[in-house]
Amino acid sequence: MMYNKVVMDHFRNPRNVGTIEDADGIGEVGNPLCGDMMTIYLRIRDERIDDIKFQTFGCGSAIAVSSMLTEIAKGKRLDEAKKITNKDVAEALEGLPKNKLHCSNLGADALQMAIKDYEDRQAGIKRAEPKRKDEHEHSHGDKCYCPYCDVEIEEGVTFCEACQHDLQEEH
Amino acid sequence: MKYINVDHISSNPLLPEVKQAMIAAINHDYHNPSSQHRAGEEAAAALEKAREQVARLINADSPKEIVFTSGGTEADNHAIKGVVMANADKGKHIVTTNIEHNAVIRSLRRLKSDGFTVTSLSVNDKGRVNPRDVAEAVTPDTILISVMHSNNETGTIQPVEDIAQIAHEKKILFHTDAADSVGIVPFDVKKVGADLVSFASNTFYGPTGVGGLYIRRGAKVFPILDGGVQENNKRAGTENLIGIIGMGTAAEVAARDIHQRHAYLKGLKDKFLRELPNTLDEVIINTHPVHSLPHLVSASIKYIEGESVMLMLDDEGIGVSTRSACATGSLRASHVLLSIGLSHADAQGTLVISFGIDNTVEEVARFLKSLKTVVTTLRDISPLYKKAAGKG
Repeated sequence: MMYNKVVMDHFRNPRNVGTIEDADGIGEVGNPLCGDMMTIYLRIRDERIDDIKFQTFGCGSAIAVSSMLTEIAKGKRLDEAKKITNKDVAEALEGLPKNKLHCSNLGADALQMAIKDYEDRQAGIKRAEPKRKDEHEHSHGDKCYCPYCDVEIEEGVTFCEACQHDLQEEH
Repeated sequence: MKYINVDHISSNPLLPEVKQAMIAAINHDYHNPSSQHRAGEEAAAALEKAREQVARLINADSPKEIVFTSGGTEADNHAIKGVVMANADKGKHIVTTNIEHNAVIRSLRRLKSDGFTVTSLSVNDKGRVNPRDVAEAVTPDTILISVMHSNNETGTIQPVEDIAQIAHEKKILFHTDAADSVGIVPFDVKKVGADLVSFASNTFYGPTGVGGLYIRRGAKVFPILDGGVQENNKRAGTENLIGIIGMGTAAEVAARDIHQRHAYLKGLKDKFLRELPNTLDEVIINTHPVHSLPHLVSASIKYIEGESVMLMLDDEGIGVSTRSACATGSLRASHVLLSIGLSHADAQGTLVISFGIDNTVEEVARFLKSLKTVVTTLRDISPLYKKAAGKG
């Protein structure tokens, strides 16, 4: 089995699945090209995450990430929730397979988008378009990583020197 | 509860006869088949018996046309690189399809740096290539046409007889990768008309790590492994005799049972396909309704991702294969599924279901029941399903 016990537990029994009617904030990230899509719904009371729900299209890791993220975020003040990173989620899951880190670990990005959506609504700003990635790109800044060995590589290279993998097809 | 394996395309259990033959071979302590003394000759006799068993399964003219390899991948490499090296003086162009196994695709890609050019043909939405396209792709420079017999992801069988005829009219060598067909469907090298045929032992309930390449007598093919004179000077290296003995036995049983095996597998697949629409909605069947392997169904289950389905079915005691990018290690959508026109999202939800002679109709029913449970659970989690259902 490629996943550890914590990941499998959250995959088998995902927490906080679903939607929130009249949510105060919605965040949507991912793209089916890479494999995963996540939507996070928030209910905010007194600047605190009173309720959080998710929906995810994706692999075991993506579902576990979404579930763990909602557990971490639930009940947190917004200023605390804003500090949650994808790395925090992966650590709480006691690690994810390397090749899944950059594709399926998008939960915190979705949360931050949902918080931003809430704040924009409060400020009277029109709701932002959902962030959908149309190209194969990564959620971690401008850097690009080999999907096989996780070493940082130049954008557009066709061969990973580190693990000798051919990246020609689509990278 | 018994674990149900519906992933026979990845591997098959060994037949009882194969196990027996291999254990007997281990206990026999065979010597090196190339040795000239009595012990060597005894090993050589066992090797040649297996070669005859395999030759009979595919109706080769002579056992000498069979070269034992480490499996389908080596056979494909041998066919492609061996033909190209031996015939480079005649031309530098190869015709193939977009849906070949990576053993063919990557062998051809490697040759591009040596100045060879490749025309790779597209297929229709059920994964079939049009022989007319093959004929049109051929140039005076073409030395090889390589089109697989059946595809390991869709199960679709290609019109190889028509393609072989085109090749022969133009005096071009024709290779077909039949690694998923030989031993499952009746396969006759003379009827197909192929010059080179790759096959794999574990497809027909023999051991993994053994396979072979049929090379029609007279076809000019260089070895790709240099060394000794084993395998009639076509493949160097001391043979994997115990594995080969296992494959020989599996070939003999397959030759005897092929029609009955085909009918049994098709019965399981037909039951599955008949009952699937009553079990799940919004499933795309990628397998050709007529021209396909008797045991394989490629099904794209919309709005969910295949690795999740595979993991949840595993919890239910069922082993299935998925072509989701997330589960393949490459994190890329399958080239085969994109070639037949699936969207990335639909490719992500694709299962490869392959039945075996060890499955029963009761197991097919249990599999369908579990599949419904798992798909319902995952669709409830999926944002795509909610949107498609107009609930969002």
